[in-house]
Amino acid sequence: MRKNSYFGEFGGQFVPETLMPALLELETAYEQYKDDPHFKEELRYYLTTYVGRPTPLYYARGLTEYLGGAKIYLKREDLNHTGAHKINNSLGQTLLAKKMGKKKIIAETGAGQHGVATATAAALLGCECTVFMGAEDVKRQSLNVFRMKLLGAQVIEVTSGTQTLKDATNEALRHWVATVRDSHYVIGSVVGPHPYPTLVRDFQSIIGEETKQQILEKEGRLPDYLVACVGGGSNAMGLFHPFVHDREIKMVGVEAAGCGVNTGQHAASLTAGSKGVLHGALSYILQDSDGQIIPAHSVSAGLDYPGVGPEHSYYKDSGRAQYEAITDEEALEAFQMLSRLEGIIPALESAHALAYVRKLAPTLSPEQVIVVNLSGRGDKDVETVSKLLGGRARE
Amino acid sequence: MSRIAQTFTNLRLKGQKALIPYVSCGDPSLEFTEQLVLKLVEAGADLVELGVPYSDPVADGPTIQKASQRALAGGITLEKIFQLAARLRSRMETPLILMTYYNPIYRFGLERFVSRAQEAGIDGLIVPDLPPEEARILKQITDPAEIDLIFLAAPTSTAERMEKIAALARGFIYCVSVTGVTGSRENIASGLEAFLAQIRSHTDLPLAVGFGIKSPETAGKAAAIADGVIVGSSLIERIEENLPLVKDEPERVINEVCAYLASLKKAMGNTHFAMN
Repeated sequence: MRKNSYFGEFGGQFVPETLMPALLELETAYEQYKDDPHFKEELRYYLTTYVGRPTPLYYARGLTEYLGGAKIYLKREDLNHTGAHKINNSLGQTLLAKKMGKKKIIAETGAGQHGVATATAAALLGCECTVFMGAEDVKRQSLNVFRMKLLGAQVIEVTSGTQTLKDATNEALRHWVATVRDSHYVIGSVVGPHPYPTLVRDFQSIIGEETKQQILEKEGRLPDYLVACVGGGSNAMGLFHPFVHDREIKMVGVEAAGCGVNTGQHAASLTAGSKGVLHGALSYILQDSDGQIIPAHSVSAGLDYPGVGPEHSYYKDSGRAQYEAITDEEALEAFQMLSRLEGIIPALESAHALAYVRKLAPTLSPEQVIVVNLSGRGDKDVETVSKLLGGRARE
Repeated sequence: MSRIAQTFTNLRLKGQKALIPYVSCGDPSLEFTEQLVLKLVEAGADLVELGVPYSDPVADGPTIQKASQRALAGGITLEKIFQLAARLRSRMETPLILMTYYNPIYRFGLERFVSRAQEAGIDGLIVPDLPPEEARILKQITDPAEIDLIFLAAPTSTAERMEKIAALARGFIYCVSVTGVTGSRENIASGLEAFLAQIRSHTDLPLAVGFGIKSPETAGKAAAIADGVIVGSSLIERIEENLPLVKDEPERVINEVCAYLASLKKAMGNTHFAMN
C-alpha cells in the first residue's frame, strides 16, 4: 500500500495486474504535467475560449425570497459547453492522454453527460472515442446517444448486469484491459483506482476556485454552506476541495435516496452503504452481506451508482463534510421549483442539491450564504420528468 | 511443502504439466458443481480452481459473467462454497484454489475468510483484482495459514513488476496469456514464450498459463512452454450450451465437459512427448 494512493483508509488500486502499468504511467504523466506551464496554459485556453469559463456565480433572488432564509447563490456549471461540469474533466484528461501519446479514448457514461463531454473533447482534440453506456440509460437518454454519435464517438450499449452506469463502468474497464497499450480511459467521476480520484478532483477544482474568488467579490466573505449532489461525487468534490481547509465552511453532499433509503431502492452509498471495493477503490458502496454489489436506484441516471469517490468516504468519516439523501419525489419538486422561480431548468442530479437547500435555507438567517453547485442543465431530463408528472407541470 | 507445490513437483518428476480447470461455483447449482469437480479430477484435473461468483467481475469476459449471474440467481453464497470445498476435500487430495474478487473477502472479513478457507481445506487463493501493491495485509494472514496467495502476471507487466510479483508469490504464478479479459477470442499471443521466459528469469515457481485457452491445440501450445494450463471459459461454454439438460441429465453434461478436459489433457501430453 502506498500512502499517496489513499485518503485515510479509502482509495487504493484494486485492479487486474494488466492495468497496473497503465495506472503507474498515468500517475507519472500526471505528476509531470499538472504543474507544467504549457499544459496549464493549453487547458486554460480551452476552458475559457471553448468551454466558456469562468461560469457565473448567480445570486438566486427569487429562490432566496421564496425560501425565506439564507442567501442562495448558484454556481452555474450548467452554462458550460455541453451543459454540465463534466467537460472540465474530460478536456483535462483527453489533453493529458494526448501528451501521453494515446489517441484512443474510452469513457463510461450514466446520464450521458460525461459521454457527451468526452466525445466533445475527443472531437476537439482529434482523438478516437468509444463510450460505454448501459442499455437502460440508452433508453432513458436516447438524445444523448445521438449527440455522442454526431460528435463522432462510437457508443457501445452494455447489456450485462444492471445495464446502468455500474455495468457501463465494468465494461469500460474490461475494454481498457484489452486495449491498454494505446488507449486512455477517461473516468467521469472521482471514483476508480488511484490516480483517478485525485486527477478528476484536480480538474474539477476549478469550480471551487472560481467560486471562492466570485463570492469574495460579491459578498466580501466566504460562504457558510456549500451544497452539491453526489453520485460518484465529482461536481461536489470540485466545489468542496478548494475550501477544505476553510474549516468554518460547512460542506453538504446530497445523495439520491430514490424511493427512500429504507426501501432498498436508492443510490445513497454514504448515507446507507458500507465499506467495500468497487471499480478499483475502497469506499462506501451498496452491497449485500456476501459482498455482492446491490443495484442502485435513482430517478436521475447520473446519480444511479452504487459507489462513491473514496475522498468523500474520507470526508464523511472524518466529519469534514456531511452527507444527506433526497428522494426522487423531493428532487422532482425542486426541479420544478427552480424552473418556476428562476427560469433555470436544472439537471435532475442538481435538483437533489436544490431539494436539500429547500430544507436548509429557511432554517438559516438572511446574513448566511449558501452556494449550490448547479452541476448541469435539465434539458436532457425534460422528457423523463414530463412522463413522471403525466405531462402536467405543477401550476 | 504445500499441496500445490507438492502437486507441481510430482508432475515435474513425471515429466507432466498441470491441467487446472476453473469452475464457477453454483453454476447452475451447487450439486452440479460438486459432481463436476469430482469427475473433472477423474478426467485428469491436477488442481481445481473454485470460482466465487461475483456481481461485478471486471477481469472476466461474457462467459464467466453469465455463469456468475446464473450462480448468484441460484442463491450461491460464500458459506455454501466453503461447505462445498470441505465436502470435496474429504473425498480427494487434489489441491483446491479459490478464485475470488477482493470485495467478497473484504466484506466477509480478511481474518474470518482465511480461517474459513483453511478449515475447508483450501490450498490457494487467486484474487484477480489484488495487485502486489494492495496485497500486503491479506498476505500477512494467508502466509501463516499455509494458504498460497497466487499472483497474476500480465503481458503488460514490466520487469520491475515481475520482480515484485515473484517476490510475493507462492504456489505458482498465474500468467495471463493475453492483454484482455478471460474467454478471450484472440489466439495465444505470439509473444507468450518470451513473456514466460521473462517471468522465469525472476522465479523458480511453476508458471501456469490462463486466459484464452480454448482448444486442445492452444492447451498443447501452452503446455509445451509452461508448467500448467488453466482453462475456464471454454469449459463453462459446454455447460452453457447444455443448460436445458442439466436438470434432468446432469451426468450427460458432466461427461461432455470431462471429455473436453480429457482432450486437453491428451493434447498437453502429446506436446510434451513431441517436445522430447
